[in-house]
Amino acid sequence: MSMIGQGLSRWGLNSPAARRNITGYIFISPFILGVLIWFLTPALTAGWLTFQKWNLITAPRFVGLDNIENLFRDELFLQSLKVTTVYTLVAVPLGLVLSFFIALLLNTRTRGISIYRTIYYLPSIVPAVASAVLWAFILNSEFGLLNAGLRAIGLPKILWLQEPEWALPALILMSLWGLGATMVIYLAGLQGIPDVYYEAAEIDGAGAGSKLLHVTIPLLSPVIFFNLVMGIIASFQIFTAGYLITSGGPQNATLFYVLYLYRAGFLHLKMGYAAALAWVLFIIIMGLTVLIFRYVGSMIYYEDTR
Amino acid sequence: MTKNAGQRTLIQLILLVGAILMALPFLWMVSSSLKHELHIFQFPPQIFPNPIRWQNYPEALANPNAMPFYVYVKNTVIIVIVREAAVILSASFCAYGFARLRFVGRDIWFGIVLATMMVPYIVLMVPTYVLFTRLQWIDTFLPLTVPWFFGGGAFNIFLLRQFFRTIPEELADAARIDGCNEYAIYARILMPLAKPGLIAVAIFTFIDGWNDFMGPLLYLNSPENYTVALGLALFRAAVGGMGSAGGRSRWDWLMAASTAMVVPVILVFFALQRYFVKGVVMTGLKG
Repeated sequence: MSMIGQGLSRWGLNSPAARRNITGYIFISPFILGVLIWFLTPALTAGWLTFQKWNLITAPRFVGLDNIENLFRDELFLQSLKVTTVYTLVAVPLGLVLSFFIALLLNTRTRGISIYRTIYYLPSIVPAVASAVLWAFILNSEFGLLNAGLRAIGLPKILWLQEPEWALPALILMSLWGLGATMVIYLAGLQGIPDVYYEAAEIDGAGAGSKLLHVTIPLLSPVIFFNLVMGIIASFQIFTAGYLITSGGPQNATLFYVLYLYRAGFLHLKMGYAAALAWVLFIIIMGLTVLIFRYVGSMIYYEDTR
Repeated sequence: MTKNAGQRTLIQLILLVGAILMALPFLWMVSSSLKHELHIFQFPPQIFPNPIRWQNYPEALANPNAMPFYVYVKNTVIIVIVREAAVILSASFCAYGFARLRFVGRDIWFGIVLATMMVPYIVLMVPTYVLFTRLQWIDTFLPLTVPWFFGGGAFNIFLLRQFFRTIPEELADAARIDGCNEYAIYARILMPLAKPGLIAVAIFTFIDGWNDFMGPLLYLNSPENYTVALGLALFRAAVGGMGSAGGRSRWDWLMAASTAMVVPVILVFFALQRYFVKGVVMTGLKG
């Protein structure tokens, strides 16, 4: 023990400050190891893979920038980018607005409010696979719930999953069923707004609309921002619905980016090409996040600037 | 906020209509799971199945076209239990360091925790798969459990750090004066006091593990190793009218199997609802 002590003091590691540092790093060491093994190693591998042609079986072959050049000649890549962008542009704003609106209503003191909150929240914790199987049935053109509803009010049936122009809207509709996850975060934010702000606004003669515009939305802007960023990140990674319900079809109308990446890597065993696809996805998501922070982030109102 | 009677009625009405729309898929799922195969195709659809056919459940969960469901449940339970232990130990240990100790580089490392939360895991899917291939871990539970021992997920570290910071420092100071070291303070003082936060983490870990599809899809090959999520997907391929069992879709069975997969999640939600909400609030707001 004393030898260790001597060794430590020779390296200046026995001072209280050094001990504090050592203890600190021991506590966070699992995370540091995790980053090195499960984050840095794969990231470096991904960099290396991007320049290789490799099917996991035969030896990898260096191909330079081929994988990246091929991307821009690949119509399916462009299609998957288009599908995912359209999905994100429609589903994310729609979900954000709708869940905000519902959170506002659920923040009132009306009868049975806790039952309502539960009902709106629950669908968002339903497993993605169960949800996909259920919605494959709901969207079924012959015996599905949705077309039964249309028929009941005298409308013609829609071939939700067979027609290219309807498949993506169908999956966007399905995504709205899970808006409870966003809604509950809004709700928590709304409950954190002190009543005095509203009271002050009322004394100044503010109506409901102006309270919403000048009190609720500014005070909630960090939460709205959080939901926007997380919504976009999640939306670009959508996979299960496209994989299980439509298999990317019809005519690649629901070929989401990650679904295409998955096929490239694990169906066609083009590991290098899949790595290149992953890099592009990473750059898109990071680029979007930076843009949002830059242009939307400045509009956020922070109550206390700690 | 004061609202007049008209506004209240309108709010009630919108909430009611919305709630019916949200609940309808659930009701449809459960109702279809109890229908006779022929009644699935009926218009207008029956809301209350008549007769109620409980037999769909045993037929779906022990179906000759697929593995018996209990195999999937057993596999998922093993994975989830190991993951729970890993996450609770590892995330809380790291979180203690970030929340309660001062050391050089702490804030930089915490920045890295937040950064890894933002990086989409999909991006590393291919090279991570290569790594597991090299380790010969494919078709075992190791890829789905072992990584969780290394920090237990950035999200969970973040959540527990926020929680630890709400616990008064005085208790730990008193223990330090009594000669306790940081490990003892972590284990004997912080952990027992952080129970609500740990339960929230445990709930999220359960739901993530139970619901996870991509992980098992990538790393598990043999049906006897499948989780519930993967098993349900396989069952859909087998009896969903596109697979080996002929062209007929057995929606009655598929809805029974889906209901069986959803029920545990819902039960956990209702049993631990107050911790659940606390966890959501912690993660969404105190950033």
